[in-house]
Amino acid sequence: MFDRRLIEHFDWGFLAVILLIGSCGLVILYSAVSAGWQGSGLHYLFEKQMIWMGAGMVVILGILVIDFRELDKLNLVIYAVCVGLLVSIYFFGQSGGGSRRWLSLGFANIQPSELMKISLIISLASLYATTVSPEGLNFKNLLKPAVLCAIPVALIVNQPDLGTGLLLLLIAGSITLFVKVEKKVVLTLGAILVCIVPLVWFTGLKEYQKERILTFLDPGRDPLGTGYHIIQSKIAIGSGMITGKGFLQGTQNALSFLPEQHTDFILSVLAEEWGLAGCTVLLVLYFLLLLWGLNIAYNCRNMFGSILAFGITSMVFWQIFINIGMVMGLMPVVGVPLPLVSYGGSSVITNMVGFGILLNISMRKFSTA
Amino acid sequence: MYELNKNADRDWIKQRIMTATLCFLVVFILLFLRLVYLQLIKGEEFRRLSETNCVRLKSIKQSRGLIYDRNKKLLVDNRPAFDLVIVLEDAGPVPDTVSLLSSLIHEPYADLMDNIQKAGNTASYKPVTLKKDISRDQLAVVEAHKFDLPGIHIEIEPTRYYIYPKIASHLLGYLGQVNKKELESGQYPHVKSGDNIGRYGVEKSFEPFLQGRRGGRQVEVDVNGRVVKVLKTVAPVSGNDLYLTLDLSLQQVAEDMLTDKEGAVVAIDPSNGDVLVMASSPAFDQNDFIGGISTEKWRRLMDNPGHPMTNKAIQGEYPPASTYKTLTAIAALEEKAIDRHTTTFCPGYYVFGKRRYHCWSRYGHGKLSVEAAIAQSCDVFFYQAGEKVGVDALAQYARGCGLGRPTGIALAHERAGLIPTASWKRRRFQEAWQAGETLSISIGQGFNLTTPLQMAVFTAAIANGGTLYRPRIVKNIADSNGNVVKKIEPEITGGIPAGKETLDIVKKGLFDVVQGDRGTARGIRIKGIEIAGKTGTAQVFSRKTGEKFDNENLEKKFQDHAWFVCYAPAQNPVIAISVIIEHGEHGSSAAAPVAGAMVKKYLGLPKPKTKKKAPKEG
Repeated sequence: MFDRRLIEHFDWGFLAVILLIGSCGLVILYSAVSAGWQGSGLHYLFEKQMIWMGAGMVVILGILVIDFRELDKLNLVIYAVCVGLLVSIYFFGQSGGGSRRWLSLGFANIQPSELMKISLIISLASLYATTVSPEGLNFKNLLKPAVLCAIPVALIVNQPDLGTGLLLLLIAGSITLFVKVEKKVVLTLGAILVCIVPLVWFTGLKEYQKERILTFLDPGRDPLGTGYHIIQSKIAIGSGMITGKGFLQGTQNALSFLPEQHTDFILSVLAEEWGLAGCTVLLVLYFLLLLWGLNIAYNCRNMFGSILAFGITSMVFWQIFINIGMVMGLMPVVGVPLPLVSYGGSSVITNMVGFGILLNISMRKFSTA
Repeated sequence: MYELNKNADRDWIKQRIMTATLCFLVVFILLFLRLVYLQLIKGEEFRRLSETNCVRLKSIKQSRGLIYDRNKKLLVDNRPAFDLVIVLEDAGPVPDTVSLLSSLIHEPYADLMDNIQKAGNTASYKPVTLKKDISRDQLAVVEAHKFDLPGIHIEIEPTRYYIYPKIASHLLGYLGQVNKKELESGQYPHVKSGDNIGRYGVEKSFEPFLQGRRGGRQVEVDVNGRVVKVLKTVAPVSGNDLYLTLDLSLQQVAEDMLTDKEGAVVAIDPSNGDVLVMASSPAFDQNDFIGGISTEKWRRLMDNPGHPMTNKAIQGEYPPASTYKTLTAIAALEEKAIDRHTTTFCPGYYVFGKRRYHCWSRYGHGKLSVEAAIAQSCDVFFYQAGEKVGVDALAQYARGCGLGRPTGIALAHERAGLIPTASWKRRRFQEAWQAGETLSISIGQGFNLTTPLQMAVFTAAIANGGTLYRPRIVKNIADSNGNVVKKIEPEITGGIPAGKETLDIVKKGLFDVVQGDRGTARGIRIKGIEIAGKTGTAQVFSRKTGEKFDNENLEKKFQDHAWFVCYAPAQNPVIAISVIIEHGEHGSSAAAPVAGAMVKKYLGLPKPKTKKKAPKEG
């Protein structure tokens, strides 16, 4: 089944962009974890991240073997398995930081909510590929996708992991808008939302729940917690100025002023040490990655493939946007990692699965049917 | 798949992709502009801020809720303690600064450095405590040399202060530093390492209310770590205050009477279960636990044979002795084994099987009814009554009266006592119940065990006509402005399984114990106040029947425990008291006077109606 044509069509450029961003990520992570590290050799988090990256490459290879159109047929099975994993968290889940998100596999913990992102994208792409029309989707068309989203979002928000739940909604929303929705549907839904939000706010919420949402939207309300983190992160980023303080020279980083400097707040390490120049390079690389993804969606001659490619690209986009926006104080603080840069196995693997699918689509773009 | 015209299909896709590209571009430009703003326009300012690392968090400690007695008299307060802390980042060179400090405040250099070592690898801008609670003199010296001691700060910490040391120490409890396990348990979400939490007594039971929330400040500091600007402040939230049911002055009387004795006293308001007094002797000084008790003091507490760390009122399990005869009387009357007119002749002993069971009175009480048997505490009468009722029925009544199970007071470590049944003995010892053991049970000896609190609750229930209340120690919980956040209502947990007639008979017997001519506690009579009660003498050392001991010369630890339970005034009771004096010998001589003094204090002598305050006792 692996004919020569596939290898000829392999998208080396896209792989190069991925590897480039991954390498940048490792350099930044090295700096982020090395501050104050007194052990010998490489920091264990750095070593683990390298292993995850390697594992990610293997995952990409594995995904390339299967024709992406198989995913169309299997979409409901994959969806059911992922929802099953989310449900099983309630029984066998590992707690940490006040929520239950992980399942233990013995050698590693997996976060089913991460896999759910990919699975939801596949299911939506499969569904929309049959209902898409030049006029756009009507209410009836949106019913099934709404149910497909609601189940995993409810399960994830309940963990509680508000950030991932929101991300899922944003991705689903992007895909839906991408395949086009009738204008009157968009307007009606918008109007309903505008009516419901104040109603819920003034009658449905308790004082402490309002306070939590306000703090979420405006971290300045919590000057001893997230508000302080944002200030420190802004100081770190700003102090980098144009060229940065130099590799391993970040003082905010070294004095552990930064919260979660190797995961969610890793961009502030880059900004402090490499300045505006370094950040611009990363932004350009990310933009290139996204354009490449859109290009794959455009070139695919298969509706399912196009929507799937767009869905995965939007997933990467939202992570980048939310993470960088959050670190710079533009967005609420939610635990969304920066793709290929933040430390974390689940994030690396999920994104690699996404890239694998994109490469897969790119390779088989001329196949129709 | 939906069939689209091939060309239209391409155009459609192209248009969608272009829109998406545009959206991405706008967002990336936005992010880039934000970077430019932070790194170019505000860059200088942030660079300066980062070089001095000058935006820091300073925590402001909240004050813990206060504790008042029932008359709003303050029992537990907070006082300011001054802690000496160092911020290593600012204190360079650290050894020089610390050695100067050590010579100024006369504390060994090594001890101070030790504390820095212990703090380990914390971030260098976080304050490390060098010495807690320094004296006023040390404070003055440090303040005077402020500018020679960079990085050294004074932090004011509200610290617990028990105004009346040793008074009600078991009830109030004490604090201790939170440990790692507790922090990780997630039980104390707002507690940080180094904080104190309630470890015992009310301080522990009401921890969530007393705790409050810490506040803090975001501040800008100069090169020496001194605050130059306060950026933001979150005010701390004080803990809620507790208003206890305890009566301080009565508690003091009880503890005075317990001085140099081992034992416990509980007083309860029969109308609602309010705990007016809870004393256990010997007591401990709660102030010793603040900032960690010294090993030596702790060892002294642990080595004390009187077990000062045990709250004998709820943890002490004693044979109830003759105070239990009240229960046997209730059971016998209700089971119709006897009635008001049943009489028994007591020759000083009762022959059962092949054994003689002795009455405490060697010469016997002669012919007496149940009322007189209670008043004179005749063993023989109750041997026979108990024998007729049987062990299991007796146990059933005892449980109905709240014995053999915790009363449910809001204090940790309460014991249940023990009410034996035949099946219990089979389970416990794999032995059948002996009929003779029922006789021992009937007079409160043998296997049965009760706590002083249980006996107080039982006595209060007799006094109020049969209602068992959960002993209440906290009436109200209020915020620091005095607004009540929680009211704790009296709670009925059961009722004595007996009719009014039975209770009236028992009450008459108890009345005669003090007020009758031949009552065992007639010695504590107070002119003008009628008391009803029951004495008890619990054998610690099991004597062979008929064997005579010279009690005076018996080693103290083998001497009997003295019980006394009572309520007053007999007709319209407002207080029920239970007293146990370990190794006090006789209830009438060792325990009853304690209750007598308390009744006198609580009710005062008959007073003219115009005067509000009771005249003081000499």
